[in-house]
Amino acid sequence: MSESNASSTSISGRKDLQLICDLIPSESRVLDIGCGEGDLLDLLKLEKNIDGRGVELSQVGVNACVARGLSVVQGDADRDLKHFPDNGFDYAILSQTLQATQRPDSVLKELARIGKKLIVSFPNFANWRVRFYLMFKGRMPVTSTLDAQWYNTPNIHLCTIEDFIGLCDELDLKIEKSFILSNDKIKHVESSAGPIMNLVAEQALFVVSSHIEK
Amino acid sequence: MQEIQSDTSDKGSIGGESKVHVFDSALQLVSGESLQPFSVAYCSWGKLNADKSNTILICHALTGDQFAAGDNPMTQRPGWWNTMIGTGKPLDPEKYFIICSNVIGGCSGSTGPASINPETGKPYGLDFPVITITDMVRAQEKLLDALGIDTLLTVIGGSMGGMQVLEWANSFPEKVFSAIPIAGSARHSAQNIAFHEVGRQAIMADIDWHGGNYHAEKTQPRKGLAVARMAAHITYLSETALTRKFGRNLQDRDALSYGFEADFQIESYLRHQGFTFVERFDANSYLYITRAMDYFDIAAEHNGKLAEAFTNSDTRFCVVSFTSDWLFPTSESIHVVRALNAAGANVSFVEIESDKGHDAFLLDEPEMFKTLNGFLSSVAKDRGLA
Repeated sequence: MSESNASSTSISGRKDLQLICDLIPSESRVLDIGCGEGDLLDLLKLEKNIDGRGVELSQVGVNACVARGLSVVQGDADRDLKHFPDNGFDYAILSQTLQATQRPDSVLKELARIGKKLIVSFPNFANWRVRFYLMFKGRMPVTSTLDAQWYNTPNIHLCTIEDFIGLCDELDLKIEKSFILSNDKIKHVESSAGPIMNLVAEQALFVVSSHIEK
Repeated sequence: MQEIQSDTSDKGSIGGESKVHVFDSALQLVSGESLQPFSVAYCSWGKLNADKSNTILICHALTGDQFAAGDNPMTQRPGWWNTMIGTGKPLDPEKYFIICSNVIGGCSGSTGPASINPETGKPYGLDFPVITITDMVRAQEKLLDALGIDTLLTVIGGSMGGMQVLEWANSFPEKVFSAIPIAGSARHSAQNIAFHEVGRQAIMADIDWHGGNYHAEKTQPRKGLAVARMAAHITYLSETALTRKFGRNLQDRDALSYGFEADFQIESYLRHQGFTFVERFDANSYLYITRAMDYFDIAAEHNGKLAEAFTNSDTRFCVVSFTSDWLFPTSESIHVVRALNAAGANVSFVEIESDKGHDAFLLDEPEMFKTLNGFLSSVAKDRGLA
């Protein structure tokens, strides 16, 4: 998790946030992991009157959140999720953060324990632009979605949509809703599985529920 | 309520007229003993609103007092939290009714070891019962009860004040709408107990201490208390701050004296700190209050599980620490934050970047003010004040 996630995957901007906001019922208890300066929590508070908490690695981000009246603590997705209680939240959100964690599998497992449902979004490394970049330039892809160099990117565990679906299967997590983002448009898709989605999607967003016995 | 509304009409200055509330009833102490009668001295700023929902309680640190704002009539110096309290500041008397009381065991008006023991007609000395942070909070609760205040919008304090804040949330969760422990801890660490023991031994080693009976001997363990303060004062600063402020600079001389005078500015500074402290603080109070801090361990009364102290708490917490504080380091605040998270409590946590050490909570720290302004506005809004 890193403070620079937002800027390194900024293509969807507010659209990403608005989609998440639309997906969450009013008055929910929400935990936003990697909440940055609190834009999403603020939006959710305003539009859905949620009971929101945030965890953010960057102290600058945390201070900005608390100064705007949000309940946010400084913390690390890899290290601090274990301190949250089982089923403490209706929704746990991991927006553009999964690929920046040390162990995405452990983070997902912890989140499935904490949240009844998860909302996870990440950049799709199988997008055709990324593939073309690597194929023709022979260098680590730098795109508008992934705008950092290999040596300074916070995104240390990039994955594809198929990879994510595979991990959810392995962790016994059920994908309830899928959205893909391409050409700056968000599209609800029945299933994000399959080679075409994996090729066109720049980013993906999933609503996931846990099969784990709690 | 007239008697508790201090006059804020005097623009620019917010006077801290101290009042004393005398309780004829007994204060039941954690040790099993009790204090009767007992007094609580306090100052207040601002006005209580009609539905009594705008009270902020300030809890002071080890050597603090009720004179948080305005001028301290005992020392002729500005109140210890003038940076925080005042119009347009985070604790704004235009918006809130702000109270700060001297802790029980203290020496600026509340009952402490220098007070007269009704059984002997002489100062308590070491006959004063050992008090705890919980006892301090119980006394504050009695005061608020006497003033007709049922709930606190916020209870706020730094260092030992932060301990009291957490104890308030533990003892009286239903009365605490929000809590701001700054540079605090839910337990006193081994290192901190060690420093306190050095201070106490310095006092007790002073021949003028007389087993705590120095009032009768018309003496004061001045040297012992001064040394205790000097040692403690080092723990309130950071190496960076000491180096910046003093370095190896010499005091009033161009060369080393090859003796044991205060050659270095830091020595001179510490000696000054020690000797001015003696003028305003009672040595036995220092023993009792440091002991109260040492005994503090909220988890101990919850089977060692700190989270259990805050289960089902509706209190909103804003935990604050400072990067260079090695006396109450950030790790202690994180310990509290993790317990609050585990309890499902509503918690914010901010670590402020500062090189000023533990004392940063008393100083001009714009980032801290910004954070507290944001938190307090949000809390006031939730409480229906804004």
